[in-house]
Amino acid sequence: MDRSRSSPLGRGLVHVALLAYTALCLAPVLLVVVNSFKSRRAIFAAPLTWPDASSFDLVGYRTVLGQGVFLNYFINSMIVTVGSIAAVLLFGAMAAFALSEYRFRLNTALGLFLALGIMVPIRLGTVSILQMMVAARLVDTHLGLILIYTAQGLPVAVFILSEFMQGVSKDLKDAGRIDGLGEYTIFFRLVLPLVRPALATVAVFTMVPIWNDLWFPLIVAPGEATRTVTLGAQSFIGQFVTNWNAVLAALTLAILPVLALYLAFSRQLIRGITAGAVK
Amino acid sequence: MGALDLRAIRKSFGAIDVIRGVDLEVATGEFTVFVGPSGCGKSTLLRIIAGLEDQTSGDLSIAGRLMNGVPPAKRGIAMVFQSYALYPHLTVEGNMGLALKQEGVERSAIAARIARASGLLQLDPLLSRRPAELSGGQRQRVAIGRAIVREPKLFLFDEPLSNLDAALRVGTRLEIAKLHRQLGATMVYVTHDQVEAMTLADKIVVLRAGVVEQVGSPLDLYRRPANRFVAGFIGSPAMNFAEGEAAARVGAAAIGVRPEHLAVSEDGAWTGTLSHAEHLGSDTMLYVDVPGMGLMTARVGGEDDHAIGSRVGLTPRDGRIHRFDAEGRTIGG
Repeated sequence: MDRSRSSPLGRGLVHVALLAYTALCLAPVLLVVVNSFKSRRAIFAAPLTWPDASSFDLVGYRTVLGQGVFLNYFINSMIVTVGSIAAVLLFGAMAAFALSEYRFRLNTALGLFLALGIMVPIRLGTVSILQMMVAARLVDTHLGLILIYTAQGLPVAVFILSEFMQGVSKDLKDAGRIDGLGEYTIFFRLVLPLVRPALATVAVFTMVPIWNDLWFPLIVAPGEATRTVTLGAQSFIGQFVTNWNAVLAALTLAILPVLALYLAFSRQLIRGITAGAVK
Repeated sequence: MGALDLRAIRKSFGAIDVIRGVDLEVATGEFTVFVGPSGCGKSTLLRIIAGLEDQTSGDLSIAGRLMNGVPPAKRGIAMVFQSYALYPHLTVEGNMGLALKQEGVERSAIAARIARASGLLQLDPLLSRRPAELSGGQRQRVAIGRAIVREPKLFLFDEPLSNLDAALRVGTRLEIAKLHRQLGATMVYVTHDQVEAMTLADKIVVLRAGVVEQVGSPLDLYRRPANRFVAGFIGSPAMNFAEGEAAARVGAAAIGVRPEHLAVSEDGAWTGTLSHAEHLGSDTMLYVDVPGMGLMTARVGGEDDHAIGSRVGLTPRDGRIHRFDAEGRTIGG
């Protein structure tokens, strides 16, 4: 075991496997991006070639950006994603703090109950969620989607964060109590900064499925005013005619904001890790 | 009315009794050390005094005021932790001033109190640094400084020297003793190290399994241990115990003699073979295998040169034999 890990051959194989996996993941994305810059004819004639002078065409982007509503779709996606991440991080961290810090009856049972959410997909409850949303008049609202995504993201968030919270020095929290800090101050000022890498990890894990989700926007918020990018891109896919230029351009544009968010969080993540190492 | 008063304090976690009825009085200005093996409840008792845990039953008063259920910040105490527990996002000055800021003390008064404490602990060049930029010893001095600025009625120390290396430990120990003299403050100090207990304490409280075994001054405990546990715990190297015939001769179930109270000669009350010798320079420890009594330790001064395997006689000095009954209690104190 140890020998294979340290031998150059073993390490080389690991890198080959990782590179192969990376290529497998990136290939479809690359195909979408490359073809979004080509004319319709070139997309069908030679989908695997780079755009050249004869096939380069921005018609897809012109179509997408020409429709003023598309900017709205981006704003909707941003509101829903950022709102959900904020809620998941705040409530997830608070629940994790309570579970790891306080002794109370049914503490373990509550932790297990929350972990159950990791195992049961939230989409199984779609029908009753829709009924609840209708009853609460939250259909076609940002809030409706944010609530659903918060519920979807909380179990993993609580699970990861409570592991990290247990690692925070007990003495530090006690020192805060002796110095007269309230429990909220201890949580926000002492504990949260120390688990920042974990928060960044949770944010990244939470963000991508929300941004990419088609299911709940389609069911709970299909209205024009709350339509998200993923759902909006579908409008170019017709039953008989599909505007592939527009679809590919819309999908390419949809990558950018989530990429920006990811980079922002991953910098936090790295900063958090190095801060811990220097200690 | 003392600085600290514990009456019938008990603490259970579920079905496990951690503290089983502790009564204790600490006078103002006294340095009290809780000592005992790990798991004896000494840290839990300190946390109860601090208010970080609630006692299951019993009364706790600090400076004459009943403190049952009072939150830690309102007890007039300050605590120094084993892991320093400095706030990583604040400077040394911020760390020391935080509690006063919470209490709403005026800014100029806070600055004056920080200046006084930092002068006392030579922290002046470090005031604007963050904990991450300090060494272990400096961090512990800052933690002590943070306690001093609060001008508490009671200082609590939870094994403050355990994370320091041997040289720093001695230095910081001296510093704490000096602070105690300068401030005249009441201090309660928890340690598992009986050397720290002996060197610092006015009063030692020996705990075992949640019960106070004995309370007394360091030399009291050394000269007149109440039972076999205290006798074995206090003193280094530990007391020699012998049971059976040797004990029965003096009318006890067991007898104990400290290594420094054994005279070494050719012939003695007990004879055995030298199995090992430790040369410390100032002292020499002889480990003598005595048939029927087991391994006995004797401390002889200076650079003794007994050969391993040679015959050694041991004689306990007059009046230095401790006798214990079958329950381990000292006979005839």
